Order: sequence, then C-alpha cells, then structure tokens
Amino acid sequence: MIALDSVTKRYNGRVVLDDVSITLGGEGVTALIGPNGAGKSTLFSLVGRLVRPDSGTVTIDGQDVRTAASGDLAKTLAVLRQDNHIAARLTVADLVEFGRFPHSKGRLTAADREQIDRAIAYLDLEAFRERFLDELSGGQRQRAFIAMVLAQDTKYVLLDEPLNNLDVRHMGEIMKLVRRMADELGKVVVVVLHDINFAATYSDRIVAMRDGRVIADAPVAEIMRPEVLAEVYETPVDVREIDGRPVALYYA
Amino acid sequence: MRTDTVAPTASAPEPAVASPRSRLASAWARPGVRLGLLVTLVLALAAVYLFTAVPGSLEYALKIRSTTVVAMVVVAIAVGVSTVVFHTITQNRILTPSIMGFDAFYMLVSTVIVFFLGATTFLRADPVTLWLVQVAIMVAFSVFLFTWLFGGKRRSIHLMLLVGIVLGTFFRSLTEWMQRMLDPLDFQVLTDTGFASLTRPDETLLLLTGVLVVLGCIAVLPLLRTLDVLTLGEPVAVGLGVNHRRVIMALFAIVSVMVAASTALVGPILFFGLIVANLAYSYAGTFRHRWTLPTAALLGVVFLLGGQLLLERLFGFGGSLSMVIEFAGGLFFLYLVLRKGAR
Repeated sequence: MIALDSVTKRYNGRVVLDDVSITLGGEGVTALIGPNGAGKSTLFSLVGRLVRPDSGTVTIDGQDVRTAASGDLAKTLAVLRQDNHIAARLTVADLVEFGRFPHSKGRLTAADREQIDRAIAYLDLEAFRERFLDELSGGQRQRAFIAMVLAQDTKYVLLDEPLNNLDVRHMGEIMKLVRRMADELGKVVVVVLHDINFAATYSDRIVAMRDGRVIADAPVAEIMRPEVLAEVYETPVDVREIDGRPVALYYA
Repeated sequence: MRTDTVAPTASAPEPAVASPRSRLASAWARPGVRLGLLVTLVLALAAVYLFTAVPGSLEYALKIRSTTVVAMVVVAIAVGVSTVVFHTITQNRILTPSIMGFDAFYMLVSTVIVFFLGATTFLRADPVTLWLVQVAIMVAFSVFLFTWLFGGKRRSIHLMLLVGIVLGTFFRSLTEWMQRMLDPLDFQVLTDTGFASLTRPDETLLLLTGVLVVLGCIAVLPLLRTLDVLTLGEPVAVGLGVNHRRVIMALFAIVSVMVAASTALVGPILFFGLIVANLAYSYAGTFRHRWTLPTAALLGVVFLLGGQLLLERLFGFGGSLSMVIEFAGGLFFLYLVLRKGAR
C-alpha cells in the first residue's frame, strides 16, 4: 500500500498539496485525474521521494519514504515522470538495463539479463534494441521508458502522463499495456491521465484532484457523472453512454 | 580496467564470414579496442619525447623529461576525470570547473597571499605549505560554490555560464585591483605564477598532487556505475535508488580536490578540460564512465605530450604549450556554445 497521511506541500509559500490523505494500491489500475496544477505530479514526486512533504507522512508498505533506504524503495516502487530528456546517447537496451540497477547495482547477472530481455519483449521493442533513443518515434521512446520501469520489477508502478504527445493509436497501445501489466503481471499501477475517457476505459478506480486536494475517489462509474466531472474541471462536461460505456464529452 | 562487462555495441550481430573490413569496423566499435589504441599512442609519444633529440647525457635528459611526462600525466588525469564527472553531475557538456571561475579564484588566492604577506614571504614560503594552503582554500570555496549553484533546483545552462563569467570577472577584477597596489617586484613574482607551467614543476608538489589525484581516482572507482545512472538525470537516478544528494556531494568534493591540486601545481588551464572531455565522448562512443573517464585522461596526455613535442622539437618554442591549448580550447568552446547553446 502507498499511503499518504495528511500530507501538505508548499512551494514558496503556495500550497500545492493541502492535507491529502489517501491510500493507493488495493486494485489494479488507478487513474489520477484533475486539471493542471491540481498537485498530481507533486503527489508523485512525494511518493517517489524527489521532494519532501512539509508535514504528514508518506509510507510504502509501511515504510516511511523519509527514513527507508532509497535502494530498497527502488525495488518496490518505480516512477516514470513526464519529461525524460537524457543528454547522453543511449540505446534502448542501455536504458532498459538501467531498470536493473536497484537489484544489480550495475553488475548484471544472468537473471538480470533475462528480466531485461523479457521487458523488451513485453513492450515489443526487440527490433529497436540497439537503436538510439533519439532515433525513435515518441511512442517507441515512451515504450522504451516503460520497459525500463518494467525491468525494475517493482510491485508499484507510477506513470505520470504516459500519453503525453502521443497519437490516438499509441495512446491506446500504452493504455492496453498498462492494463496488461496490472492483469498479467499483478502490478499496482497508478497513472496520471488527462483524457478522462482513457481513464474510464482502462482503470478500476479514479482519483480526482483539484487545488491540491482529493475531491473524489471512487470506482469509474461513480466518477463518470456530469456533476462530478464538472466540479473537477470547473467546466461543463456531458457524459453519455455509448455501447454500455460512459463517455465524457467536453468538446463543447 | 574491468573487461568482464562488454558494452552492448560489441554484441552487434556479425555475418557468418566476416570480411577483413567489417571485422575491422566491429573491432573499432568496441570501446576496449579504442582505449587500447589510445594507450599505445600515449606510450609511443612518451617514448619519442623521452628518447629522441637528446643533446647531451641521456641520463640527465631522462631525469628532466620524465618529471615533465609525469606532471603531464597527473594533470591530464586530474583535468580529464574531473571534467567528465563535473559534466555528468551538472547534466551539461559545456561548463567545466575552470569556466565556472575556478582558475580566476586561484590567481586571487595567490594575489591575496602576496598582497598581505609580500613577495618575499611568498617566495621564501615552503612551497609545500603554500600549495597546501592554496588547495585547502580552493577546495573549501569550490565545494561551497558548487553546492550552492548545483545543489538545489536545476537552472538553465545559460544562467550558469553567465554566473561563471560574472564570478570569473569579479575575481579577476579583484585580483587586478590588488595587483595595481603591489610593489613592482612583488608584481613580477606574481605574474610568473599566472601561466600554466608544465615543464618545470616542483618535484615534491608533483608527488603530493599525484597522490591526491590517485586518491581521487580510487574514490571515483566504486561510483563508476552510479555515475552512469546519474547520466539519466536526478529524477530517474533517485527513482533507481541512488542517494542523489550524498553521491553528488561526494563527487563535487572529489572534483574540487582534483582541480585544486592540479591548478595549484601547474597554474590555470581554462579550456583544456572542455576539449578533452568532449573529444572523449565522441571517441569512446559510449556514455559509460568506465570508458569515458580513462579516455578523457589519455586524450589529455596525448594533447599535452603531442603538443609539447610539436612545439619543442618542430617549432623550437619552449614553454608556450598552455597558450596554444588555451587558443585552440577557446575556439572549441565558442563552437560548442554556438552549436549546442540552443539546447
């Protein structure tokens, strides 16, 4: 369980997370939605121990992230952030290899290599193994980063807007993959999404944030209602049922 | 050098019957082969420098020249390793400790000593004590500066470059102001220390610097793989379980000691690290520090030794190597800023 207990975080006096208490990790895929500046990425940074809370505690499986050894946490929790710019030229294989760092500290064993091969195969990247990251398309690069996260072999996987800058087809591919990671590999995935309909289609639970607070936290059907979404995004959102699935219409 | 871990470039699929050319190409793709070639080149240059064009007694020439070679090796390792490490931890390939005002600070420290204590004290002072004082002050200052500049949140490279230039100018102006008020004799003494001198280093200092540089290298060894992870940037490195703050502080300290030691030995060389490090990235063909670090150091030796040979034997100039390096390095720096500045 990833548990935040009355966590508050300020940047230069401005409150970004306001007394948030939430438990993540009971079910397969949890989608984190909310407008820009709602505090979603900050929440990820706190869990991923990039920033420290001003008050409150963050625990992962009962371990406080402040005191637990960073190397141990890296074996239970993997975080993929939004912008992954790398100065050096790396191949896909190089990148995925880094996923094994928490386990091998850079000295790969046969078991590590097997994990790397499996992660690459799982993301269908065998053909791109020796290609450099800057030679790949956006979708392929995103898959390479997810392969690294997968090679890390953690129980919890946090993905911050993995659909950014992807076209419709690649968005669908990534979300199907997220679903498979939860269903086949038993991972607990928390994913920040901007497209509500992707959240509704592929997740089990939706957590909605606004102004640094969690304002709704429920199974998909309960969130996909016009009044709830309108409150989250402060804009009118219509929800229709198409083929038995709720679809949000926010193009008006 | 560890050879058990072969870089993935070496595992490219080879055709069943490799033609000599493709075999050559695949050998060239291995970082180990490239490094080996570089080692051979360094040994050849050293042999040429040591054993050819001996005017009198070979024994005497060897004694003088081997000191120079050792000094070059020490400086090349210090500058090469510290620059590559600095590049990795600051996530850029243009700034070097020297460009961040380090060398200007060295001149300031010397000037302050002469200014307050006089040239006689400066000259009569035990060189080892003087060296220790300079190294200690520079390490303290640079650890403070680096943690202040790079310890917190990420800033733009251009801003950092500007800060470096401002700091450098500030130190230089302060130095100049103090020098204006010096007695001409004191000034003369001081000017002598302002140019990098590789050919006549004090042997005790050389030994001390060598020890510090070797210790620095030993300290970097266990961090080689962590350095690779740091290439991915702080967020990813933290996610992979690197204790970022502690590792960065340790590396800054190592960089500071190495740069301070070599600057205090031979004086300031502003752009040398920049050339060597950037050429090393291209030449090694991999981002892995177990290849780029030795490559940078060896390239440094090639430049210093090769440059000295050219100047001394071909053109008959004695001690102007550092100026030539500065000129070439300055041009290279401009090229890098103009080409990569947009990123």
